[in-house]
Amino acid sequence: MMSATLLTASYLGAAILFILSLGGLSSPESSRRGNLYGMTGMAIAVLATVLGPQVTKAGYPWIIGAMAVGACIGLYAARFVKMTQMPELVALMHSLVGLAAVLIGYANYVDPAATGHLQGAEKTIHELEIYAGILIGAITFSGSIIAFGKLSARISGKPMLLPARHWINLAGLLAVIWCGGWFIQTPAIDAGLRPLAIMTVIALLFGVHMVMAIGGADMPVVVSMLNSYSGWAAAATGFMLSNDLLIVTGALVGSSGAILSYIMCRAMNRNFISVIAGGFGTAGGAAPGAGGAQPAGEVTAISAPDTAALLREAKNVIVVPGYGMAVAQAQHTVYEITRLLREKGVQVRFGIHPVAGRMPGHMNVLLAEAKVPYDIVMEMDEINADFPDTDVAMVIGANDIVNPAAQEDPASPIAGMPVLEVWKAKTSIVMKRSMASGYAGVDNPLFYKDNNRMLFGDAKKMLDEVLAALKR
Amino acid sequence: MAQVIGVPRETAAGEKRVATVPEAVEKLVKLGFRVMVEPGAGDAANFSDDAYRAAGAEVVADVWANADIVFKVRAPTRAEVALMRQGQTLISFLWPAQNPELMQQLAARKVTVLAIDALPRMLSRAQKMDALTSMAGVTGYRAVIEAAHHFGRFFAGQITAAGKIPPAKMFVAGAGVAGLSAIGTAVGLGAIVRANDTRAEVADQVASMGGEFVKVDYAEEGSGGGGYAKVMSEGFQKVQSEMYARQAREVDIIITTALIPGKPAPRLITAEMVRSMKPGSVIVDLAAEQGGNCELTEPGQAVVRHGVTIVGYTDLPSRLAKQSSTLYATNLFRLAEELCKTKDGVIHVNMDDDAIRGLTVIKEGRITWPPPPLKPAAAPPKPVAARPPAPKHGEPSGPASARTTAIVFLAAAALFWFIGAHAPAAFLGHFTVFVLACFVGYMVIWNVTPALHTPLMSVTNAISSIIAVGALVQVAPPINDSLQRPAPWIIGLAVVSIALVAINMFGGFAVTQRMLQMFRK
Repeated sequence: MMSATLLTASYLGAAILFILSLGGLSSPESSRRGNLYGMTGMAIAVLATVLGPQVTKAGYPWIIGAMAVGACIGLYAARFVKMTQMPELVALMHSLVGLAAVLIGYANYVDPAATGHLQGAEKTIHELEIYAGILIGAITFSGSIIAFGKLSARISGKPMLLPARHWINLAGLLAVIWCGGWFIQTPAIDAGLRPLAIMTVIALLFGVHMVMAIGGADMPVVVSMLNSYSGWAAAATGFMLSNDLLIVTGALVGSSGAILSYIMCRAMNRNFISVIAGGFGTAGGAAPGAGGAQPAGEVTAISAPDTAALLREAKNVIVVPGYGMAVAQAQHTVYEITRLLREKGVQVRFGIHPVAGRMPGHMNVLLAEAKVPYDIVMEMDEINADFPDTDVAMVIGANDIVNPAAQEDPASPIAGMPVLEVWKAKTSIVMKRSMASGYAGVDNPLFYKDNNRMLFGDAKKMLDEVLAALKR
Repeated sequence: MAQVIGVPRETAAGEKRVATVPEAVEKLVKLGFRVMVEPGAGDAANFSDDAYRAAGAEVVADVWANADIVFKVRAPTRAEVALMRQGQTLISFLWPAQNPELMQQLAARKVTVLAIDALPRMLSRAQKMDALTSMAGVTGYRAVIEAAHHFGRFFAGQITAAGKIPPAKMFVAGAGVAGLSAIGTAVGLGAIVRANDTRAEVADQVASMGGEFVKVDYAEEGSGGGGYAKVMSEGFQKVQSEMYARQAREVDIIITTALIPGKPAPRLITAEMVRSMKPGSVIVDLAAEQGGNCELTEPGQAVVRHGVTIVGYTDLPSRLAKQSSTLYATNLFRLAEELCKTKDGVIHVNMDDDAIRGLTVIKEGRITWPPPPLKPAAAPPKPVAARPPAPKHGEPSGPASARTTAIVFLAAAALFWFIGAHAPAAFLGHFTVFVLACFVGYMVIWNVTPALHTPLMSVTNAISSIIAVGALVQVAPPINDSLQRPAPWIIGLAVVSIALVAINMFGGFAVTQRMLQMFRK
C-alpha cells in the first residue's frame, strides 16, 4: 500500500509525462517517444491509484477483470482498424470517455462516502461539479456516437436541419439550467436523481441534435470539438473527485481539442459558432449561384495515359489529396506512382490542406500508412508559393480546398477560405467521379480553367490506370 | 466543299520565312482543308517543295487565284493586293495602325483580313495563336547569337591552363518576351545577365530565367495595361538613365528591347554611354525598326561606333527562318482550328468570339479595326476584401487591440474576484491547477506539427482515459461500515466505466503507436 503523499507525487509525475507526451508530437522523430511517455504516465497513474489508499483489496478482482476485458477489445480494435477509418475510431473512443464520465458522475452522486460529509457551499459546488460532469459527458457521448455514424456512413453526412433548431437548443439550455437549480435544492439523493436523469436525457438529445446538424466536411471541427469535450468531461470529473491529476489531464486534452477546432475553423474561414450552429450556407450565407458568379466555359477531359505522359514529362509535381482519396482507398497507388516518378527524377511533393479529409491530419496518416516519406508531405502554407513553378498539380478527390472562387469571388460562400492554389501550376489535373459540386455546394471555377484537365472516374481505378501507363 | 489554303512565296526583300511548314500542312489537311503552296515558297527556310508534297500539299504556281484563304508572313504588297479577289480571306502580319493605306486597298477588294498581330493577347485562350510572342522569342534568341558572333570572347567564364577567362556580362533592357528569351539564351551560354524593365512585376520572371533584376530607385509603376509598358515620367527617366550609364560602363553586351505600343522606341543608350563602353563590346538593338533604343543604331545594319559594334538588324526572325516559320505555322494552324471548329475544311469568322473579333481587321470589305474593348468578363479578379492574414501555425498572433485586451482582462478579473469571494478554499486550489493546466496545454499544442494532428487526437483521447482514476476510487474505497451505501450499484457503474475506459486507454495508445510507426522519412 502506498501512502497518500506518495500517491500525490505519482500523480505529479504522471501529469508531467502527459505534458511531455503531447510535447513530443511536435515532430515525427520525437513523437514515438512522446507516445511512450503517455503510456508510462498512464501506467503510473493507474497503478498508483490502485495501490494507493483510496482502493482496498476487495476491489482488485473487479478492477483487474474490467481492465482485462477493456484492454482486449481496445487492442483488438487498434490492431485491425483501417487507417481510413481512423476518424470513426476516434469518434467512437470519445463516446466511451463521455459515457464513462456520465457513469462515474452517477456513481459519485449516489455514493454517501463521497458526498456525505460535505456541507454548505462545498456541497453546492460539489453537486454543481457532478452536474457539469454528467452534462458534458452525456453531450460528448451522444454527439460522438452520431459523429461515428456519420463518419462511417451509417448516417447520412448531410446536415439535418430541424425547423427552429436554434430555439430547440435554447429551450434545451434553459431546461438544463432549471434542472440544475432543482437538483441543487434537492437534499435527498433519491429525489435528486430525477432532475439529474431529465438533464441527462436533454443533454443526450442535445448532443444528437448538434452533430446531426453538421455536414460532412465540417467533421474535422466536430471530431476535434468532441475531443475537447471529452477532456473537459475528465476535468469536471477531477473537480468532482478533488483529483488534480484528472483536472490537469482533462485541461490538457480539452485545450488540445479546442485549439484543433480553432485551427480547423480557420482553415475553412468559418467561425466556431457558425460551425456548431450547423448547416453550411443555409443560414446567412448567400445561396450558391445567387451571389457568386457562375463559372462559365468548357471543361477539358483527359485520359489516364495522357495523365501519365504529363507526369512523366514534368519536373515538379504536387499531389493534393482529399477525402475522395480516402474513400477510394487510393493512397497505396498514389505512393506507387510517387515512387515511380521519383525514380525517374521527378520531384513529387504533397500539399495537405488543414481540413482535407474528415479529421485533422487525416491525409498525413493515410500517406504515412502508404509509406510516403513525411518530408515530402507539406502543409498548405509551406507549398502554396511553389505552385507557379510546378508542372503538374494532381488533385485527387478534393474540391473545395482547391476552389479559386475562395480568393477571386467575394460573393462566394467560401470566400476568404485559404485554398491550395493549384491553378497556378502549369497544368492541373483534377480526379473526380463527376462534375458534382463539393461539400460547400459551390461550383468550382478551377474545372473551367484553360490549364485544367479533368480525369473522370473512381480515383483508385484511374490511378491504377495511370500507374500502368507509367510502367509501360 | 473544302476550302483551299494558299501559301505564296514571301516577296519582301530578305524575307526567308514561310507561312506554313510541311508539319503544319499535315494537320491542316486533317482539318479538311486543301493546301496549295507556291513553288519555292519554303526554299529559304529549308523546306523543299517535295517535303510539302509529301505532307499532302499541292505545289501550284497561281496560288493567289486558287486560294480561298491566304496564309502569309509579311503584309501583302500593292501587287499582291491586286491579285486578291472578293470573298478571299487573308491571314498575315498587317500592323493596321501603321498601314492605313493598305487597309483601304484591302477593303476595296472586298476581302476578309485577319491580322495576326491584332490578336488580343490578354486572352489566355489566344496564347496558342500568339505569333508576336513566337517571333519575339526567336528574336531574343537570335539577338544573343548575333551578339556572340560580334563579341570577341567566350560567354562563359573558364579557368584554363592558359589562364582565367572572366564571364561575359550582359545587360538586357526590357524584359518582355524577347528580353526574357535573350536572358535565358545568354544564361545558357554562361554569361552573367542583368535586366531591367519599367514594369516591376517582371522581376520574378527575370529571376526565373536566371537573370538578375536591376531596379530603378524611383517609385513609379510602369505597366501600361495589357502587359505593355507606358511612357515614364521625367524624374523616372533621369534616374533610369543614370542606371543605364552605370551598366554601360560595366557590361560587355547590351541588348535593348524597349518598345512602347504606338510610340517611337525610347532612347535609352546615348552616344555618351556607347563611348563609355569597353572596346569590343556589342549592342544589339531590337527596337531598331521603331527608331532604336540606342542613339547610334542604324536600322538593318551592324555598325562599329567608338569601338562598339551596334547591331540594328530588323530581320532577326527571318535569320532563323526554319525555326520561326515552324512556330508561325503552328500559330496559324491553331488559328485555323479556332476558325474551323467543325473540322470540315470551311472557315467561319465568328465575330462573337473575342479572340477572332480582335484578329479580324476587315470583314468582307468592311474595316472592323480597331475592335471594341474586351468585355469586362476578363476583368482582373478583385482580391477578396483585404483581411489581415491569419497568423501561421506556430507563429505568435499579433497583439490584440488595447480595447479587446482591456475587456478580456476586466472580465477575467471580475470572474476571479467572484470565485475568490465565494468559493471554498479547496475548490480554489483545484481551480488554480485547472487554469494553469489550460495554459500549459495551450502552449504545448501550438507546437504540434499539423501532420501529426490525427495522432495528437488519438493520443489525447488515450490520455483522457485518465478518467479511469475516477472509477477506480469508487470500486472499493476504504469506508467505515456504518455508512449506508448502495454498493452493488456503485460497483456496477464503476466496473462498466473501467471497462469502457480501458478500451480507450489501451486502444488509444496502441493505435497511436501504430500510426506513428508509419511516419518515416
